[in-house]
Amino acid sequence: MRLIFITLLALILATVVGLGSTYLTATRGTELGTLTIGAWTARPRIGTAEIDPYSRASIARSGELPVGTGDGIAFSTTTDDRRKPLDGRCDVLVSGVTPAARFWTLTLFDQKGQLVANSLQRYGFTSQEIIRGSDGAFEIRIASRSRAGNWLPTGGIERYALMLRLYDTPVGVATRTQRDAPMPSIATVGCP
Amino acid sequence: MIRLLFTIIAGVLLGGVVHLVSVLALPRIASQDAYSRLTPMTKLNTVTPLPLAAPGNSPIPFMDPAFAMAICRYDLANGPIKLTVPVSQAYTSVSFYTRNEVAYYAINDRSAGRKVIELDLMTEAQHAELPEDEEITAADRLIIDSPSATGLIVLKALAPEPGLMQQAQASLAASSCKVQTEPPAKQAGSPSAKR
Repeated sequence: MRLIFITLLALILATVVGLGSTYLTATRGTELGTLTIGAWTARPRIGTAEIDPYSRASIARSGELPVGTGDGIAFSTTTDDRRKPLDGRCDVLVSGVTPAARFWTLTLFDQKGQLVANSLQRYGFTSQEIIRGSDGAFEIRIASRSRAGNWLPTGGIERYALMLRLYDTPVGVATRTQRDAPMPSIATVGCP
Repeated sequence: MIRLLFTIIAGVLLGGVVHLVSVLALPRIASQDAYSRLTPMTKLNTVTPLPLAAPGNSPIPFMDPAFAMAICRYDLANGPIKLTVPVSQAYTSVSFYTRNEVAYYAINDRSAGRKVIELDLMTEAQHAELPEDEEITAADRLIIDSPSATGLIVLKALAPEPGLMQQAQASLAASSCKVQTEPPAKQAGSPSAKR
Protein backbone atom coordinates (compact mmCIF):
# COMPACT_ATOMS: atom_id res chain seq x y z
CA MET A 1 0.00 0.00 0.00
CA ARG A 2 2.76 2.36 1.02
CA LEU A 3 4.80 1.49 -2.06
CA ILE A 4 1.89 2.28 -4.37
CA PHE A 5 1.36 5.59 -2.67
CA ILE A 6 5.01 6.55 -2.95
CA THR A 7 5.26 5.52 -6.61
CA LEU A 8 2.10 7.45 -7.40
CA LEU A 9 3.46 10.52 -5.62
CA ALA A 10 6.72 10.33 -7.59
CA LEU A 11 4.86 10.01 -10.90
CA ILE A 12 2.50 12.90 -10.16
CA LEU A 13 5.44 15.04 -9.12
CA ALA A 14 7.28 14.12 -12.33
CA THR A 15 4.29 15.07 -14.48
CA VAL A 16 3.77 18.41 -12.75
CA VAL A 17 7.46 19.34 -12.78
CA GLY A 18 8.04 18.15 -16.34
CA LEU A 19 5.00 19.61 -18.07
CA GLY A 20 5.06 22.75 -15.92
CA SER A 21 8.62 23.58 -16.87
CA THR A 22 7.87 22.83 -20.53
CA TYR A 23 4.91 25.18 -20.44
CA LEU A 24 7.01 27.91 -18.85
CA THR A 25 9.86 27.62 -21.33
CA ALA A 26 7.49 27.45 -24.31
CA THR A 27 5.54 30.55 -23.29
CA ARG A 28 8.21 32.73 -21.71
CA GLY A 29 11.20 31.48 -23.66
CA THR A 30 14.67 30.74 -22.41
CA GLU A 31 17.94 32.63 -22.28
CA LEU A 32 19.46 30.04 -24.57
CA GLY A 33 21.34 31.64 -27.47
CA THR A 34 19.80 35.07 -27.04
CA LEU A 35 21.43 38.35 -27.99
CA THR A 36 20.41 41.16 -25.66
CA ILE A 37 21.21 44.78 -26.43
CA GLY A 38 19.59 47.30 -24.11
CA ALA A 39 16.00 46.21 -23.70
CA TRP A 40 16.03 44.39 -27.03
CA THR A 41 16.38 40.64 -27.37
CA ALA A 42 17.00 38.63 -30.51
CA ARG A 43 17.62 34.98 -31.20
CA PRO A 44 20.09 34.89 -34.06
CA ARG A 45 19.82 31.12 -34.49
CA ILE A 46 16.04 31.03 -34.66
CA GLY A 47 16.17 31.61 -38.43
CA THR A 48 18.63 28.82 -39.14
CA ALA A 49 18.59 25.03 -39.20
CA GLU A 50 20.57 25.12 -35.92
CA ILE A 51 17.57 26.40 -33.97
CA ASP A 52 17.49 25.16 -30.36
CA PRO A 53 14.70 22.81 -29.18
CA TYR A 54 13.24 25.42 -26.82
CA SER A 55 12.81 27.97 -29.61
CA ARG A 56 11.27 25.27 -31.80
CA ALA A 57 8.79 24.44 -29.08
CA SER A 58 7.84 28.08 -28.54
CA ILE A 59 7.42 28.69 -32.28
CA ALA A 60 5.24 25.60 -32.64
CA ARG A 61 3.11 26.80 -29.76
CA SER A 62 2.70 30.43 -30.88
CA GLY A 63 2.31 29.67 -34.60
CA GLU A 64 4.72 32.32 -35.81
CA LEU A 65 7.24 31.99 -38.62
CA PRO A 66 10.71 33.17 -37.58
CA VAL A 67 12.61 35.50 -39.89
CA GLY A 68 15.15 33.46 -41.85
CA THR A 69 18.78 34.43 -41.36
CA GLY A 70 19.35 35.22 -45.04
CA ASP A 71 16.39 37.58 -44.79
CA GLY A 72 17.01 39.45 -41.55
CA ILE A 73 16.76 39.38 -37.79
CA ALA A 74 14.01 40.30 -35.34
CA PHE A 75 14.60 42.10 -32.05
CA SER A 76 11.72 42.30 -29.62
CA THR A 77 11.01 43.73 -26.21
CA THR A 78 8.17 44.03 -23.74
CA THR A 79 9.98 46.44 -21.41
CA ASP A 80 11.80 49.75 -21.58
CA ASP A 81 15.51 50.19 -20.81
CA ARG A 82 14.78 50.21 -17.08
CA ARG A 83 12.91 46.89 -17.28
CA LYS A 84 9.57 48.60 -16.72
CA PRO A 85 6.86 46.81 -18.74
CA LEU A 86 5.70 48.80 -21.76
CA ASP A 87 2.36 50.38 -20.89
CA GLY A 88 0.04 51.60 -23.65
CA ARG A 89 -1.38 54.33 -21.47
CA CYS A 90 2.05 55.91 -20.97
CA ASP A 91 4.22 57.92 -23.34
CA VAL A 92 7.19 55.86 -24.48
CA LEU A 93 10.04 57.34 -26.45
CA VAL A 94 12.08 55.14 -28.79
CA SER A 95 15.08 57.11 -29.96
CA GLY A 96 18.51 56.74 -31.47
CA VAL A 97 19.85 54.87 -34.45
CA THR A 98 19.52 51.32 -35.74
CA PRO A 99 22.21 48.86 -36.82
CA ALA A 100 23.24 48.75 -40.46
CA ALA A 101 20.47 47.25 -42.55
CA ARG A 102 18.93 47.89 -45.92
CA PHE A 103 15.48 48.26 -44.38
CA TRP A 104 14.01 47.99 -40.94
CA THR A 105 10.49 47.98 -39.59
CA LEU A 106 9.28 48.73 -36.07
CA THR A 107 5.91 47.20 -35.20
CA LEU A 108 3.70 47.28 -32.15
CA PHE A 109 1.92 44.05 -31.21
CA ASP A 110 -0.35 43.02 -28.39
CA GLN A 111 0.78 40.12 -26.23
CA LYS A 112 -0.68 37.56 -28.61
CA GLY A 113 1.24 38.94 -31.58
CA GLN A 114 -1.73 40.70 -33.17
CA LEU A 115 -1.78 44.28 -34.39
CA VAL A 116 -3.58 46.86 -32.30
CA ALA A 117 -6.52 48.63 -33.95
CA ASN A 118 -6.35 52.43 -34.31
CA SER A 119 -8.04 55.04 -36.45
CA LEU A 120 -4.84 55.93 -38.34
CA GLN A 121 -4.27 52.31 -39.33
CA ARG A 122 -0.69 52.80 -38.27
CA TYR A 123 0.82 49.67 -36.80
CA GLY A 124 4.48 50.56 -37.10
CA PHE A 125 7.10 52.41 -39.09
CA THR A 126 9.46 51.40 -41.84
CA SER A 127 12.91 52.93 -42.19
CA GLN A 128 11.64 54.80 -45.25
CA GLU A 129 8.71 56.62 -43.72
CA ILE A 130 10.33 57.75 -40.51
CA ILE A 131 11.17 61.43 -39.96
CA ARG A 132 14.78 61.82 -38.87
CA GLY A 133 16.85 64.60 -37.36
CA SER A 134 19.79 66.12 -39.22
CA ASP A 135 22.14 63.63 -37.55
CA GLY A 136 20.17 60.66 -38.85
CA ALA A 137 18.75 59.76 -35.45
CA PHE A 138 15.02 59.41 -35.00
CA GLU A 139 12.49 59.68 -32.23
CA ILE A 140 9.29 57.67 -32.14
CA ARG A 141 6.63 58.55 -29.61
CA ILE A 142 4.42 55.65 -28.61
CA ALA A 143 1.30 56.93 -26.89
CA SER A 144 -2.44 56.45 -26.88
CA ARG A 145 -3.21 60.10 -27.83
CA SER A 146 -1.78 61.80 -30.90
CA ARG A 147 1.70 63.29 -30.70
CA ALA A 148 3.76 65.41 -33.05
CA GLY A 149 6.39 63.77 -35.24
CA ASN A 150 6.60 59.99 -35.45
CA TRP A 151 3.58 58.94 -33.45
CA LEU A 152 2.81 55.28 -32.99
CA PRO A 153 -0.64 54.77 -31.43
CA THR A 154 -1.12 52.12 -28.74
CA GLY A 155 -4.91 52.07 -28.67
CA GLY A 156 -4.57 52.41 -24.91
CA ILE A 157 -3.89 48.71 -24.29
CA GLU A 158 -2.16 47.87 -21.07
CA ARG A 159 0.75 45.72 -22.23
CA TYR A 160 2.34 45.56 -25.63
CA ALA A 161 5.47 44.33 -27.36
CA LEU A 162 7.71 46.12 -29.82
CA MET A 163 9.46 44.32 -32.62
CA LEU A 164 12.30 45.83 -34.60
CA ARG A 165 13.11 43.78 -37.66
CA LEU A 166 16.25 44.41 -39.66
CA TYR A 167 16.26 43.18 -43.24
CA ASP A 168 19.40 42.40 -45.23
CA THR A 169 21.73 43.12 -42.36
CA PRO A 170 25.15 41.97 -41.14
CA VAL A 171 23.70 41.67 -37.62
CA GLY A 172 23.37 38.02 -36.73
CA VAL A 173 25.07 35.09 -35.05
CA ALA A 174 28.42 36.95 -34.83
CA THR A 175 26.93 40.05 -33.18
CA ARG A 176 27.71 40.41 -29.48
CA THR A 177 27.49 43.98 -28.22
CA GLN A 178 25.98 47.39 -28.63
CA ARG A 179 29.03 48.48 -30.61
CA ASP A 180 28.26 45.97 -33.38
CA ALA A 181 24.57 46.79 -33.32
CA PRO A 182 23.56 50.18 -31.91
CA MET A 183 19.93 49.69 -30.92
CA PRO A 184 17.56 52.56 -30.15
CA SER A 185 16.89 53.31 -26.51
CA ILE A 186 13.42 52.96 -25.01
CA ALA A 187 12.28 55.26 -22.20
CA THR A 188 8.94 55.72 -20.50
CA VAL A 189 8.67 59.51 -20.31
CA GLY A 190 5.34 60.00 -18.65
CA CYS A 191 2.28 58.24 -17.41
CA PRO A 192 -1.09 59.90 -16.92
CA MET B 1 11.09 10.41 6.19
CA ILE B 2 14.07 9.36 4.10
CA ARG B 3 11.67 7.43 1.93
CA LEU B 4 9.62 10.56 1.24
CA LEU B 5 12.74 12.55 0.41
CA PHE B 6 13.82 9.80 -1.95
CA THR B 7 10.39 9.89 -3.58
CA ILE B 8 10.62 13.64 -4.13
CA ILE B 9 14.09 13.40 -5.64
CA ALA B 10 12.97 10.58 -7.92
CA GLY B 11 9.91 12.61 -8.92
CA VAL B 12 11.96 15.68 -9.80
CA LEU B 13 14.49 13.64 -11.78
CA LEU B 14 11.73 11.91 -13.67
CA GLY B 15 10.17 15.34 -14.18
CA GLY B 16 13.35 16.42 -15.95
CA VAL B 17 12.97 13.51 -18.35
CA VAL B 18 9.30 14.39 -18.94
CA HIS B 19 10.35 18.00 -19.59
CA LEU B 20 12.98 17.06 -22.18
CA VAL B 21 10.69 14.62 -23.97
CA SER B 22 7.79 17.07 -24.05
CA VAL B 23 9.95 19.94 -25.35
CA LEU B 24 11.22 17.74 -28.17
CA ALA B 25 7.75 16.39 -28.90
CA LEU B 26 5.96 19.75 -28.87
CA PRO B 27 6.78 20.75 -32.50
CA ARG B 28 5.33 17.44 -33.69
CA ILE B 29 2.11 17.53 -31.72
CA ALA B 30 1.35 21.26 -31.95
CA SER B 31 -1.93 21.82 -33.78
CA GLN B 32 -1.77 25.62 -33.95
CA ASP B 33 1.64 25.95 -35.57
CA ALA B 34 2.10 28.11 -38.65
CA TYR B 35 1.85 25.22 -41.12
CA SER B 36 -1.46 24.05 -39.62
CA ARG B 37 -2.81 27.60 -39.56
CA LEU B 38 -1.89 28.19 -43.19
CA THR B 39 -3.05 24.81 -44.53
CA PRO B 40 -6.77 25.72 -44.84
CA MET B 41 -6.05 29.01 -46.61
CA THR B 42 -3.37 27.90 -49.06
CA LYS B 43 -3.30 25.58 -52.05
CA LEU B 44 -0.65 22.92 -52.47
CA ASN B 45 2.24 23.74 -54.82
CA THR B 46 0.74 27.08 -55.83
CA VAL B 47 1.49 30.62 -54.74
CA THR B 48 -1.34 31.86 -52.54
CA PRO B 49 -1.33 35.51 -51.47
CA LEU B 50 -1.90 35.98 -47.76
CA PRO B 51 -4.38 38.57 -46.56
CA LEU B 52 -2.69 41.62 -45.08
CA ALA B 53 -2.10 41.64 -41.36
CA ALA B 54 -5.09 43.29 -39.71
CA PRO B 55 -5.78 44.06 -36.04
CA GLY B 56 -6.88 40.93 -34.23
CA ASN B 57 -7.08 39.00 -37.48
CA SER B 58 -3.59 38.24 -38.76
CA PRO B 59 -3.23 34.78 -40.28
CA ILE B 60 -0.12 34.16 -38.18
CA PRO B 61 1.08 36.08 -35.10
CA PHE B 62 3.88 38.69 -35.28
CA MET B 63 3.38 39.24 -39.03
CA ASP B 64 5.15 42.32 -40.34
CA PRO B 65 2.38 44.66 -41.63
CA ALA B 66 4.82 46.44 -43.95
CA PHE B 67 5.12 43.35 -46.13
CA ALA B 68 2.96 41.78 -48.76
CA MET B 69 3.22 38.05 -48.27
CA ALA B 70 2.46 34.96 -50.28
CA ILE B 71 2.83 31.31 -49.38
CA CYS B 72 3.70 28.30 -51.46
CA ARG B 73 2.91 25.21 -49.43
CA TYR B 74 4.90 22.51 -51.11
CA ASP B 75 5.00 18.77 -51.37
CA LEU B 76 7.96 17.36 -53.24
CA ALA B 77 6.51 13.85 -53.61
CA ASN B 78 5.68 14.43 -57.29
CA GLY B 79 9.01 15.98 -58.21
CA PRO B 80 11.12 19.08 -57.64
CA ILE B 81 9.56 22.51 -57.51
CA LYS B 82 10.57 25.44 -59.61
CA LEU B 83 10.08 28.81 -57.99
CA THR B 84 10.29 32.16 -59.76
CA VAL B 85 9.75 35.40 -57.93
CA PRO B 86 10.11 38.73 -59.72
CA VAL B 87 11.93 41.28 -57.60
CA SER B 88 9.84 44.20 -56.39
CA GLN B 89 11.10 47.76 -56.22
CA ALA B 90 12.08 47.90 -52.57
CA TYR B 91 12.94 44.54 -51.08
CA THR B 92 11.94 40.98 -51.82
CA SER B 93 12.87 37.85 -49.95
CA VAL B 94 12.11 34.15 -50.12
CA SER B 95 12.30 31.99 -46.98
CA PHE B 96 12.00 28.22 -46.79
CA TYR B 97 10.55 26.39 -43.82
CA THR B 98 10.21 22.68 -43.11
CA ARG B 99 6.94 21.15 -42.05
CA ASN B 100 7.93 21.97 -38.45
CA GLU B 101 8.82 25.61 -39.20
CA VAL B 102 12.58 25.29 -39.20
CA ALA B 103 13.83 28.14 -41.41
CA TYR B 104 16.48 26.23 -43.33
CA TYR B 105 17.12 28.74 -46.09
CA ALA B 106 16.37 32.35 -46.91
CA ILE B 107 17.53 34.59 -49.70
CA ASN B 108 16.84 38.22 -50.58
CA ASP B 109 16.79 40.03 -53.89
CA ARG B 110 20.30 41.43 -53.52
CA SER B 111 21.97 38.12 -52.75
CA ALA B 112 20.05 36.57 -55.64
CA GLY B 113 21.52 39.34 -57.79
CA ARG B 114 18.93 39.32 -60.55
CA LYS B 115 15.61 40.78 -61.51
CA VAL B 116 13.96 37.44 -60.92
CA ILE B 117 14.76 35.06 -58.08
CA GLU B 118 14.80 31.58 -59.62
CA LEU B 119 15.20 28.52 -57.47
CA ASP B 120 14.79 24.77 -57.75
CA LEU B 121 13.64 23.07 -54.60
CA MET B 122 14.12 19.34 -54.26
CA THR B 123 14.72 16.68 -51.67
CA GLU B 124 18.26 15.39 -51.22
CA ALA B 125 17.29 12.15 -52.99
CA GLN B 126 16.01 14.08 -56.02
CA HIS B 127 19.16 16.18 -56.04
CA ALA B 128 21.30 13.04 -56.04
CA GLU B 129 19.38 11.76 -59.06
CA LEU B 130 20.33 14.77 -61.16
CA PRO B 131 22.74 13.70 -63.93
CA GLU B 132 26.36 14.69 -63.32
CA ASP B 133 26.87 17.00 -66.28
CA GLU B 134 23.84 19.00 -65.38
CA GLU B 135 25.45 19.91 -62.11
CA ILE B 136 27.69 22.21 -64.11
CA THR B 137 24.88 24.04 -65.84
CA ALA B 138 23.16 24.01 -62.50
CA ALA B 139 25.76 26.47 -61.25
CA ASP B 140 23.70 29.02 -63.08
CA ARG B 141 20.59 28.14 -61.15
CA LEU B 142 20.16 27.79 -57.46
CA ILE B 143 19.25 24.36 -56.16
CA ILE B 144 17.93 24.16 -52.62
CA ASP B 145 17.78 20.87 -50.76
CA SER B 146 14.71 20.56 -48.60
CA PRO B 147 15.23 18.53 -45.42
CA SER B 148 11.55 17.50 -45.44
CA ALA B 149 9.25 16.53 -48.31
CA THR B 150 6.65 19.10 -47.27
CA GLY B 151 7.01 22.63 -46.02
CA LEU B 152 6.37 26.28 -46.64
CA ILE B 153 7.95 28.83 -48.95
CA VAL B 154 7.24 32.36 -47.80
CA LEU B 155 7.53 35.12 -50.37
CA LYS B 156 7.72 38.65 -49.02
CA ALA B 157 7.78 42.02 -50.73
CA LEU B 158 8.26 45.19 -48.74
CA ALA B 159 5.99 48.19 -49.10
CA PRO B 160 8.22 50.95 -47.64
CA GLU B 161 5.19 53.23 -47.49
CA PRO B 162 1.54 52.14 -47.18
CA GLY B 163 0.84 53.53 -50.68
CA LEU B 164 3.24 51.06 -52.22
CA MET B 165 1.47 48.00 -50.86
CA GLN B 166 -0.48 47.37 -54.08
CA GLN B 167 2.72 47.41 -56.06
CA ALA B 168 4.34 44.93 -53.67
CA GLN B 169 1.29 42.65 -53.90
CA ALA B 170 1.31 42.87 -57.68
CA SER B 171 4.95 41.81 -57.89
CA LEU B 172 4.23 38.77 -55.72
CA ALA B 173 1.19 37.93 -57.81
CA ALA B 174 3.52 37.49 -60.78
CA SER B 175 5.55 34.82 -59.01
CA SER B 176 5.05 31.13 -59.57
CA CYS B 177 5.76 27.88 -57.80
CA LYS B 178 5.08 24.65 -59.62
CA VAL B 179 6.08 21.03 -59.80
CA GLN B 180 8.52 20.22 -62.56
CA THR B 181 7.13 17.29 -64.44
CA GLU B 182 9.89 17.13 -67.03
CA PRO B 183 13.52 16.71 -65.96
CA PRO B 184 14.91 20.01 -64.71
CA ALA B 185 17.85 19.65 -67.09
CA LYS B 186 15.86 21.03 -70.04
CA GLN B 187 15.06 24.25 -68.33
CA ALA B 188 18.69 24.82 -67.47
CA GLY B 189 19.34 25.45 -71.14
CA SER B 190 16.57 27.96 -71.57
CA PRO B 191 17.64 31.56 -72.14
CA SER B 192 15.98 32.76 -68.94
CA ALA B 193 18.43 30.80 -66.85
CA LYS B 194 21.47 32.28 -68.57
CA ARG B 195 23.08 35.50 -67.57
